[in-house]
Amino acid sequence: MSELLYAKGLSRFYGEQAVVKELNFSVKKGEVLGFLGPNGAGKSTTMKMLSGNLSPSQGEIIINGYDLLAEPKQAKAHIGYLPETPPLYKELTVAEFLSFSADINKIPRSAKKKAVESVIERCGLTEVTKRLIGNLSKGFQQRVGIAQAIIHSPAVVILDEPTSGLDPIQIREIRQLIRDIANEHSVILSTHILPEVQMLCDQVQIINKGQLLFSDTIAGLRQQMQSSSLLVTLLAPPDVSILTALPAVNLVEQISPSQFRIHYSPDNDPSEAIVSLSVTQQWQLRHLSSEQHSLEDVFMKIIQNEQEH
Amino acid sequence: MFALAKNELYRLFLSPLAWIILALSQLILAYLFLSHIDYFIQVQGRLSAIPGAPGVTQSIAIPLFSNAATLLLLISPLITMRLIAEERRNESLPLLLSAPLSIVDIVLGKYLATYAFFLLLLLLISLMPLSLAVASPLDYRLLAAAILGLSLLLASFTAIGLYLSSLTKQPAIAAMTTFASLFLLWIIDWAGTNADSSGLFSWLSLLRHYQRLLQGEVHSSDIAYYLIIVATFLILTIRRLDSERLN
Repeated sequence: MSELLYAKGLSRFYGEQAVVKELNFSVKKGEVLGFLGPNGAGKSTTMKMLSGNLSPSQGEIIINGYDLLAEPKQAKAHIGYLPETPPLYKELTVAEFLSFSADINKIPRSAKKKAVESVIERCGLTEVTKRLIGNLSKGFQQRVGIAQAIIHSPAVVILDEPTSGLDPIQIREIRQLIRDIANEHSVILSTHILPEVQMLCDQVQIINKGQLLFSDTIAGLRQQMQSSSLLVTLLAPPDVSILTALPAVNLVEQISPSQFRIHYSPDNDPSEAIVSLSVTQQWQLRHLSSEQHSLEDVFMKIIQNEQEH
Repeated sequence: MFALAKNELYRLFLSPLAWIILALSQLILAYLFLSHIDYFIQVQGRLSAIPGAPGVTQSIAIPLFSNAATLLLLISPLITMRLIAEERRNESLPLLLSAPLSIVDIVLGKYLATYAFFLLLLLLISLMPLSLAVASPLDYRLLAAAILGLSLLLASFTAIGLYLSSLTKQPAIAAMTTFASLFLLWIIDWAGTNADSSGLFSWLSLLRHYQRLLQGEVHSSDIAYYLIIVATFLILTIRRLDSERLN
């Protein structure tokens, strides 16, 4: 079975309110799955359920062939989890803490020293092994949290907003670290930062209010983000109907007497036609730009699509 | 489970609290111990004239164990309060919950670590009366009964404290509720002294069972009482942590 983690019909209710509704997804070996959504969308709840910290109200989770609910010990041996706040004992040194994580993750005594050393090296903790965790910067604490999650070489690593609260340099370093981890483990991460998903993930799931709205590869998301409208300023504009009649143009919105937004079918950009026509017809083109979709736009678009269906 | 217990005990000794509790309880009990000796030396001449009068063990060691129980009632909530409440406040509980450990492992690990600490304290307390062996014959059976009694009492203190710590996020609240519960269980037999119908209350009293052990009477019913208390509160803790994942 190539699917390392597989969730079906995952739901979670708090009282009457559904926080997560009927999520279905799977992660294959070596894949990075990103959960994208605004705050309060149910990302953390989903991560908690996947890591066994919270039982789902409905649905099943299979990790590396073990049912998380029926065989929690075996299933949990194959996951590493870093919650939003790294779970650390601040009074321990980095080396002591990692040695403890190795113990509770049932790493045999003979392999323990090697596991701790390798994880210290991989997470760039060599200089701070003897320091107390409480005295480390947030970035290093996050690294210790990640080290703890991967020390037993789990099949799936679950990271809940791994870069929140870090400064830009730390964010870059942590992303690099996650990319390295992804070479050896499957990773599920949640975030509300779109570039992070683009940089790190193979698969994207967008959720809002506990519902899965969009599930595709990163290329699919790029397509969604691709612009399909132009912003055009013409000082001597023709009649709107002339613009609408251009090939591939679907809709023309007039924003002001001289400004237009031209929506076109994807893969058929009418910019060139407009430029050449503006020269021959003397429309006095002043501005032409393709509109970039931000995450909000994509997000709103996906939510709107969902509501239309 | 044992890895968890080892770590728990290690972290306990990293905090100054454990050392301070060990040092100060030793100081107070040593003072009481010395004053009991002092008193015994004063009355020794008169006691020797009475046949069947209390001996060294009965007049020095037993009052010491009785005092120690009261002192430990006051300080044990300070040790047990942090067990789960602090993990919750630091949000470090997911570390244990997502590791391949069952809730039973987690609860027993924490329980064993704390109990090991109290047994160490008990050892230090027991050394005081044992040091009298240099100068005087001791009633070792009576002493053994008292040590057994205190160890059972501490086992139940730990279990009750662990449960109350699992109910809250604030260690201070855990300490206060533990202290109140222990104190209530301590004095609950006061209600039993004036009415005949309150056999249940006096049976519930932690003190009543301890006193019988201090008199050198080892009844299996008293031992069973403490074991029932320990088992009950451990099961309640396990259930509490389990239900947290469900709700």
